[in-house]
Amino acid sequence: MPSFLIRDSLVLAGILFALGMAGVLVRRNVVFVLMSIEVMLNAAGLAFISAGARWRQADGQVVFLFILAMAGAEVAVGLALVLALYHQNQSVDADAASRMKG
Amino acid sequence: MEIVFYISGAVAIAATLMMLTRLNAVHALLYLIVSLLAVAIVFYTLGAPFAAALEVIIYAGAIMVLFVFVVMLLNLGRAAIRTEKALLSRASWIGPSILVVILAAEFVYMLDRNPAKAPPVIIGPAEVGLSLFGPYVVGVELASMLLLGGLVGAYHLGWRPRGRRQN
Repeated sequence: MPSFLIRDSLVLAGILFALGMAGVLVRRNVVFVLMSIEVMLNAAGLAFISAGARWRQADGQVVFLFILAMAGAEVAVGLALVLALYHQNQSVDADAASRMKG
Repeated sequence: MEIVFYISGAVAIAATLMMLTRLNAVHALLYLIVSLLAVAIVFYTLGAPFAAALEVIIYAGAIMVLFVFVVMLLNLGRAAIRTEKALLSRASWIGPSILVVILAAEFVYMLDRNPAKAPPVIIGPAEVGLSLFGPYVVGVELASMLLLGGLVGAYHLGWRPRGRRQN
């Protein structure tokens, strides 16, 4: 495995993570915030897999599987929260949920 | 092999940028799926074909289908029909299509049985499975508990008492 490929894949993971974080901070639509969180999780998985390829170990892919399972659970709960928020406020604006009174 | 990696990375960054700047959630979902497919090809070039397959099947398949369901649930009625009409316009699908054609060309390029185009070190599903159910078996159990917690949590959040069902 050429070392420049590992370095550049880590750079790619960093760029994708930064883009996801920018999306979380900039967008006010809750669905877009969830999608940006998915991008960030994916970038973390890319960093793990490139590190696993660097050391020629399967551990990176194992951690990626755990990230995948975690992303599945997170998306299920997050989308249920989005639906509950929409039913309560008739809007998916994150600012509409600033008052948490049930 | 390196050129495939760099093109896929560029496609991933471009698709993610387009996803962040879309106004329509369905268009953003299309770009996000393209971004995940591009990252899957990056996984393949790094010698992780099993992770690439899981990225396509679970991330771009299952999780994105959940997103599509929720986006479709959120705008019912006349707005949904307008969204469907807008989806048929060229401007909404031409961008993701171009990026996907680039990825498909890379895929055809890699299907060529040339050893120079294969990743240098491949860590296949067998090694991942041995590691997963060997030293990491506690993590597997914890992941199952996490998924059960997610299932119960989503069910609880989606459940409404019968009398208060007005939406």
